[in-house]
Amino acid sequence: MKEITITSGRMNPGIDPVLHAWGWEIPLYLFIGGLAAGILFFSAYFFLKGKGEKFRASIQIGPMFVPPLLAIGLLALFLDLSHKLYFWRLYTTIHLESPMSWGAWTLMLIFPLSLAWALSFVSDVFPQHECKFPAMGRFMNWLQNYRTFMAWALILLSIVLGMYTGILLSAFNARPFWNTSILGPLFLVSGLSTGTAFLMLLSKDKDERRHLSQIDMILIGIELFLIIHMFMGFLASTQVHIDAAQLFLGGPYTAVFWTFVVTLGLVFPLITEFMELRGYHIPPSIPATFILIGGLILRFIVVDAGQTSRWLYKFME
Amino acid sequence: MARYAMAIDPKRCVGCADCVVACQTENNVPVGYCRDWIVEELTGQYPSLELEIRTERCNHCSDAPCVRSCPTGASHYEENGIVLVTHNECIGCKACIASCPYDARYVHPEGYVDKCTFCIHRVEEGMNPACVEVCPTHAFVFGDTDDPNSEISKTLRSRKSKTLIPEAGTEPNIFYLL
Repeated sequence: MKEITITSGRMNPGIDPVLHAWGWEIPLYLFIGGLAAGILFFSAYFFLKGKGEKFRASIQIGPMFVPPLLAIGLLALFLDLSHKLYFWRLYTTIHLESPMSWGAWTLMLIFPLSLAWALSFVSDVFPQHECKFPAMGRFMNWLQNYRTFMAWALILLSIVLGMYTGILLSAFNARPFWNTSILGPLFLVSGLSTGTAFLMLLSKDKDERRHLSQIDMILIGIELFLIIHMFMGFLASTQVHIDAAQLFLGGPYTAVFWTFVVTLGLVFPLITEFMELRGYHIPPSIPATFILIGGLILRFIVVDAGQTSRWLYKFME
Repeated sequence: MARYAMAIDPKRCVGCADCVVACQTENNVPVGYCRDWIVEELTGQYPSLELEIRTERCNHCSDAPCVRSCPTGASHYEENGIVLVTHNECIGCKACIASCPYDARYVHPEGYVDKCTFCIHRVEEGMNPACVEVCPTHAFVFGDTDDPNSEISKTLRSRKSKTLIPEAGTEPNIFYLL
């Protein structure tokens, strides 16, 4: 028998009985970060492949949504801070050991770059639009000269951004469920998949949707593979990691994770995309919507479950 | 340079929580919060039961995950090894809270992250931390482990000790005497 109690009655708000340092803001921000990374990656990738005229939604229209999306994500991140007036301290130092630090710097680079990338396509997406300020119009035309350079930078930075959303969590060895290096690639692939889903919703071109759908099927396959390996890794690890995996294998997160994330967010869209490719008429908005919602729920569950998993004081759950 | 550490003898501790109250008073800890706490661990099978009473707090780890995860450098090591948070550098991102396997940190109502400071304001004046000072059973030994003649160095040499979750790899500086 082993019985543990905190007899002096520790009940620090946000820490006890179960850690709840991060609420809705962080998972929303991680989802948006991954989504933005996915859109930017495929926009830049298709651009570099020279699909300019064919894949309009992916290359030109998708990036228009990225700066506002990133702004919402950054706002969520800001709302999460409890000492808000000091947020500028993030940008007075670079601390490479802290994913939060280099993530903040990555966002500092990718946000203006995504804005420049989107601006360079304004004249293509809105051909009738006349810019009121001639200088702005000239600036947007000038940006077009650097599209190839921007595309290469975006490919690199979007992968860093997508990985970072997972590494932010996996760097915490204090939370056994987060402490797996698979979270980085898992969130990157999930981010890319939500990116293709978003572009599928925007696209009106059948070929483009078909192409995106094929890429997405591969990404979903990789995601399922990574999820299985994540649990295999936990189950082959120490007791606290086995306990963390049990949260999803019979524990409180079992139903919500395997139903909403794996079945409805991954397997169902995979099947519908496959059937569509085989000639069944399924609106592409159906798998796309399920992928986006599944990706969002994945972030919420992972952030929540990580905070539930712990080394000490398991009795407090 | 000094390297402060604390040895606690669970066999002497009666769990009176005087250390908890002393800390709250000394450091103006907001009501409803605590920087140290008492854990009672009962193991065995009746009639051979064993009770360990421990007072726990920030372990001032030598390889502190909170210092590593802090994006601004607010969480840092003092020269004497004490882990502190500089309030006006802390943005309240709570990465350090998530990174601490001992759950020793919390967000102060004023927004910055707070925790045990080993009463550095007292230690620098040559005094003991408040929890050590008030303990009625003298369950604590506090001091400089860099000095081979200090009481803590002698204690840690003469008695076996353990740390909490050493497998988390944080190199804690709070030792529980066996």
